[in-house]
Amino acid sequence: MEFFKQNTKINFMAQRKWAAMVSAILFIASIISFTVYGLNWGLDFTGGTEVQMSFPTAVDLNQVRDKLQNAGFKEAVVISYGTSKDVLVSLAPKKGANDKDMNNKDEVVSQMMQVLPEAKVQQVDSIGASVGQELATKGALAIVVALLGTMIYIAFRFDFRFAIGSTVALIHDPVLIMGVFSFFHIEFNLIGLAAVLTVIGYSLNDTIVIYDRIRENFRKMRKAAPIEVVNQAINQTLSRTIMTSMLTLVVVLALFFLGGAMLHGFALALIIGIIVGTYSSIYVAGSLTLALGLTRQHLLPVAKELLDDRP
Amino acid sequence: MVLNRYPWWKNLLVILITLIAFLYAAPNLFSTDPAVQITGVNASIPVNENTLGAIKDALTENSIPYKQIQFENNKFLVRFNTTDDQLKAKDHLQPVLGNNYLVALNLAPATPEWLKALNAVPMKLGLDLRGGVHFLLQVDVDSVLKQRMEGDLNNVSQALRSEHIRYSDLARQGSDTVVLQFRNADELTQANAFLSSHFYDFLWTQDPRNNLSLVGTLSPAALQLARQDTLEQAMNTLRNRVNELGVSEAVVQQQGGSRIVVDLPGIQDTTQAKNILGKTATLEFHMVDSEHDPRNALGGIAPAGDKLFSYNNEPILLKNEIVLRGSSITSATSGFGDDGRPSVNVRLGGGGESLFTRVTAESIGKPMAVVYVEVKSTPKIVDGKSTIDYVTEQRVISVATIQSALGNNFQITGLANAEESRTLALLLRAGALPAPVTIIEEREVGPSLGKQNIDKGVLSVEVGFILVVIFMAFYYNLLGIIADIALGMNLVLIVAILSLLGATLTLPGIAGIVLTVGMAVDANVLIFERIREEIRNGVGIQASINAGYERAVMTIIDANVTTLIVAIVLFSLGSGTVKNFAVTLTIGLFTSMFTSIIGTRAIVNAIYGAKPVKKISIGI
Repeated sequence: MEFFKQNTKINFMAQRKWAAMVSAILFIASIISFTVYGLNWGLDFTGGTEVQMSFPTAVDLNQVRDKLQNAGFKEAVVISYGTSKDVLVSLAPKKGANDKDMNNKDEVVSQMMQVLPEAKVQQVDSIGASVGQELATKGALAIVVALLGTMIYIAFRFDFRFAIGSTVALIHDPVLIMGVFSFFHIEFNLIGLAAVLTVIGYSLNDTIVIYDRIRENFRKMRKAAPIEVVNQAINQTLSRTIMTSMLTLVVVLALFFLGGAMLHGFALALIIGIIVGTYSSIYVAGSLTLALGLTRQHLLPVAKELLDDRP
Repeated sequence: MVLNRYPWWKNLLVILITLIAFLYAAPNLFSTDPAVQITGVNASIPVNENTLGAIKDALTENSIPYKQIQFENNKFLVRFNTTDDQLKAKDHLQPVLGNNYLVALNLAPATPEWLKALNAVPMKLGLDLRGGVHFLLQVDVDSVLKQRMEGDLNNVSQALRSEHIRYSDLARQGSDTVVLQFRNADELTQANAFLSSHFYDFLWTQDPRNNLSLVGTLSPAALQLARQDTLEQAMNTLRNRVNELGVSEAVVQQQGGSRIVVDLPGIQDTTQAKNILGKTATLEFHMVDSEHDPRNALGGIAPAGDKLFSYNNEPILLKNEIVLRGSSITSATSGFGDDGRPSVNVRLGGGGESLFTRVTAESIGKPMAVVYVEVKSTPKIVDGKSTIDYVTEQRVISVATIQSALGNNFQITGLANAEESRTLALLLRAGALPAPVTIIEEREVGPSLGKQNIDKGVLSVEVGFILVVIFMAFYYNLLGIIADIALGMNLVLIVAILSLLGATLTLPGIAGIVLTVGMAVDANVLIFERIREEIRNGVGIQASINAGYERAVMTIIDANVTTLIVAIVLFSLGSGTVKNFAVTLTIGLFTSMFTSIIGTRAIVNAIYGAKPVKKISIGI
């Protein structure tokens, strides 16, 4: 089976202005959504208490909400969790509360169970507010370090133009993912962050495969213009890009539909990331490198190491 | 030159690694039983036929069905069919067996003996996959450092006074600095020489702005050592306490510079767990009342102001006044005294020493006792419901004669042997938590949710895997099937390595494995696409295969290095759940490079290599 019988000759770079516009619009939309709606930070980052309970039959969330409100849990957020029988109740940490306040968690849970006697507690997570804040800071730092680390590696292995191109592509991906999370008000927790970082790694895979090919083509196509070289590289790797993205997507979809509610956010971030990442490595990375004025000379110093490339 | 032929050793290596991987992944195929494990609290408690009888009786009486009772390494392991039976058994067995025995929850693997003999054990399951409680404790290390500084301040002032070096002022500055003021330069020089040789944990320097002031800064190494000591002491104490909770596979681990993770798999009752973890045990020093005969008090009435204890099976009367509390002890080490007999060197700090010095000065030649005080909890069954009883236990752990007035540093002598001095030093240090501890994170997973999580996790791996396998076979035909074999090998290798490392598998860890499936297949896609391309360009089959592998390898390595960078960043985030994801991702990265590059090449070479081939089954 083959996707393409012959090498494709799609002029990807011809549409690069359009792609840049689409990217810019999505990017700005994400940031607007981010500032307007904010991000629905998960318990890991805010601190507080989350109680996951399951009922013997399907429950009406409003009823649960009312019962909890009457019991004094005015701030309780009640959402369905995976199935109609499973409910997740979240309590934000009290304002000005210190970490010691969470020691009454057991009391909170038993109070809840008194008004909801038919429910069975499945999972209770309770995190101090300061731990959450610390993790949020660390998480942001982690994204920056991951970006810098990969950028340095690319600059070292290829050229700084590639590094800038790929980094912009990489920033582009997490921003779009977070934009979707923010727009649809999906909870963003620690494992979601792990997914975003994974997308950074994944999207870079694609970019590197294309960059590798660009470098090789510069050496083979001595007379071609940079834009042709880039186009050719994207076309040559197109089958691989489609195949890998599709297979990874299949795997992550399995995780999304079968992995259970706990991994929903993670799988979703990856699904968006794979789609956006594939596109961004073709367009953002490629066209930015061109825009930064990449020429054959920039890749000559690394040529000697590829002497043993030929069999 | 013959293309596409592996030297014999490379083929052998692939076969060997494959065999070893299967061997060490095998224990995970056997199911695990919920079990309770019964051990004596120490080696002198007999675990024998009588114990077995008591266990069997208790189980039959409460009609709890069990699968099997095993005896090994001086402990009984009772296996059950369900977690419910296991929990019920634990609740009923503990009261029957009493406090001399520990009844611990356990997930007993059914690994065959011959695999166990090879050290092949299954992966441990994380709390999210089997239920249990997770705590993150914040240790207030700074309070200990402050206490230590206060102590050092006292010691410095005392030492200077006894050396007749006069100073005008002594103060603590910040958390790690001592500032001394002098009236003249002579005294400062003297003090500098003395302090530098006696208080070498500090770096003593003259203040450049004020030539009559001497600044002592605790060296970073000493500071780090003090922090680490505090954390290790806290972990020791917590480990001892966790043992009492009856969890045999508990994890007590340091996280970062001031935090401790406590994972208690199988535990359902968080309240009990918290009570025991946060429980305070302390030490008290009391004078021995040698004026009254303790035997007279055995009838029940102790003289006024006294309390009756027993020490070495002999009654002993102690005065109620607490001469010194364990919280004043900043360090305790075992060693040998001036007379060559075993002793414990104790260092005091943080207040309470002045009373101690005064009382001991008045009591030279009299015996003093060290009492270990602990709030113990024992589960009991009242009216068919289990409750917990709290009992304050006081135990005399040492009696010694005061030889001289005791200052901030003193020795406890009169100990029977070196073993006893070590134990006492340990108790003085580890008996109580060295610093206030706060629970800052708590996660509780019910056992049924754990079961559900693992079932879902495994199902998603299976489905994802099968879909990829089918697709690869369709798209690349025989080479696709070879890649599929490598993909399966990759899973086996990951499981084997995780098992060998003794790593814990969590739900995010499973997600990491799922992702690895996607990434592993990418390497083969890259190679196969390249081979197809070469063939389309009219290159011969052998040369195409060779070019496909050779050219793709650098790209694959480049792409994986960046994923590795991300995994390292994730790992350093430090939180348990994400760490596990990073670990499986990293392992998967390396195993997938092995299986998809070397593994598939070995098979491809064996089938097509080193002979004239007209057609290759790669889907074109």
